[in-house]
Amino acid sequence: MTNRHALIVALSVVALVLLAALPAFAEKFYVQLFTKILIMAIFAMSLDLLVGYTGLVSFGHAAFFGFAGYLLALVTPQYQAASLWLSLAIALAGSALLALAIGAFVLRTSGVYFIMVTLAFAQMLYFLFHDTKIAGGSDGVYIYVRPLATIAGWRPFDLENFVHYYYVVLALAVATFLLLWRVIASLFGGVIVGIRVNEHRMRSLGYPTFRYKLACFVLSGTLAGLAGYLATVQFGFVNPDMLGWHLSGSVLLMVILGGMGTLIGPALGALAMLVLEIAFQALPVVGAVNIGKHWQLLM
Amino acid sequence: MNEAVLVTEGLTRYFGGLAAVVGVSIACERGRVHAIIGPNGAGKSTLVNMLSGDLVPSSGRVTLRGADITGVAAHRISRLGIGRSYQKTNIFLPFTAFENCRLAAQSRLASSMRFFRPARAYRTLAEAAERALAAAGLDARGDMPAAALSHGEQRQLEIAMTLATEPEVLLLDEPLAGMGADESARMVELLRSLRASHAILLVEHDMDAVFSLADRLTVMVNGAVLASGSAEEIRANPAVQEAYLGEA
Repeated sequence: MTNRHALIVALSVVALVLLAALPAFAEKFYVQLFTKILIMAIFAMSLDLLVGYTGLVSFGHAAFFGFAGYLLALVTPQYQAASLWLSLAIALAGSALLALAIGAFVLRTSGVYFIMVTLAFAQMLYFLFHDTKIAGGSDGVYIYVRPLATIAGWRPFDLENFVHYYYVVLALAVATFLLLWRVIASLFGGVIVGIRVNEHRMRSLGYPTFRYKLACFVLSGTLAGLAGYLATVQFGFVNPDMLGWHLSGSVLLMVILGGMGTLIGPALGALAMLVLEIAFQALPVVGAVNIGKHWQLLM
Repeated sequence: MNEAVLVTEGLTRYFGGLAAVVGVSIACERGRVHAIIGPNGAGKSTLVNMLSGDLVPSSGRVTLRGADITGVAAHRISRLGIGRSYQKTNIFLPFTAFENCRLAAQSRLASSMRFFRPARAYRTLAEAAERALAAAGLDARGDMPAAALSHGEQRQLEIAMTLATEPEVLLLDEPLAGMGADESARMVELLRSLRASHAILLVEHDMDAVFSLADRLTVMVNGAVLASGSAEEIRANPAVQEAYLGEA
C-alpha cells in the first residue's frame, strides 16, 4: 500500500469516527444539519455515477428525489404512521421504474441534448404535481407521523428520535458509498467508464451500450430516490420544489464542486454547499441585493 | 480449399447525392489477406464501415458464413466474429494498455451486468488480455497508460484490442498509417502471423506492405471496383497503372 492510500484510509477512519461520535458532543441543530448533509451526500453520489463515471450530465436528477418523497407522502395515512419497510420499498421501486421510463427516452440523446431532455422530463413531473390536486398541488402536503420501523412487533429504532434518525442516515450513506465503490470496480463499472471515455469504440468491441447506460440510470435514479425518501422523512413535508430544476442544479453543483468521478468528492461538495449556505445566511443586504439569499453568485 | 467467410454483393452507399461506394462485390477467405487499395476518397473506409456495422448500406448484401448480416448493428457484428481496427487510433487513452485489452476481452462474456465482483478477480479475462498484448508485441507495455504509448505502439494496441475479441474476420483500416520504417516492418510481421488463423481484409496505402502480404487485391476508384485479382495480375493491369499505381 502506498503512502497516499494509507493517508486516505486514515482520513476516512477519522472522518467516520467523528461522524459516529457527533451526537455525543453536538447540539440538536448540528445533528440535524449533518443528517441533511448526509442525505444530500447520498443524492450527490448517485448523480456522480451518471455524471462523473458514465459521462451523462443529467440536469433533472431531482425528479427521482422528489418522486420518492411524493410516494412516501401518498402511502402515508393522514395522522398515522406508514410502515418504514413497505413505504421505503414502494419509494425505491417507484423511482427505479421512473428512471427506467425516463432513461428509455433520454438515453437516445447525448451531450447538450441530454442535459436539456433530462431537464424537460423533470419539469414535466414538477408541473404534474404543481398544477394538479395530487398531494396538495403547489402547496405540497405534510406528513404528521414518521414511518415506523417495526419488524414483527419489535422496533429496532425510532425515526421520531433525531439521534436514531441520524445513525440510520449515516449507515445508509456509508452503505451507498460502499455499494457504488464496489460497482465501479466491477465488470459493469469498467463498461460504464469505457462508455464515458469512448462509447463508439465500446460498441465496436461488441457492447450494447444503451442497455448499460439504462442500467446505470436506473441504479442512479433509485439511489436518488433513497435520498428523497430520507429527506421527506426528516422534514415531514413534500412540495413540488423537491422536483424542480433548482434542486437538480444544486446537486449538480455539489458534484462539480467536489470533483466528478470520485464519489467522496461529491459527498464533500454536499457538505461544503450546505455549510456555506448557513454561513452566508448571516450576510447583510447590500443595496437591493440580498447576499445571504444569492450567495452562489459569489462563486 | 479456402471457404469465403465474408462476402459482399453489390454493396452501395450514398451520402446524399454522392455515391461513396457503388456495387462492390468482394470475398474474404480464411487464411488469406484481401487488400483493398485505391486513392484517397475511393470509398475504402466507407466499405469497411459497412462491413463492421458502423454504416448501414444503401443497397447490396453482406453475408457472414452464408448468413445475411446487412445493416446489423456494430455491437452485434462484433459478437458474430468480425473485429476491426480504425484508421484513426481509437483506443481508451486514460486506461493502461492492459486495461484496454481486458475491456476488449470482457466484451466476449455473455453479459457484463455483473455489479459486485471486482474486475481484477476475473483471471480468464486477465489472461486473455495478456495473450493479446503478447501477440501484438506489447507485453512489456501492459502497465503504461495508452496515452503515454508511442504512435506505433498505439497502433499495435489497436490491433491487440481487436485480437482480444477473438474475431474470425479482421477488418484492418490502414494499420500502418503514420508509422516509421521499423514499426511498419514489425506490424507487417504481426499481420503475417495472423494470416493463417483469420480472414483478413486490409485497407492500406503502403504498397510495399500490401504487395508483400496480400493474396488478393481489389483496386477501388471513385467508389467502384476497377480491378480485382492476384498481385501479379494487378501489377500488370494497364487500367490500374494509369489510375493509381502510376501516381506513385
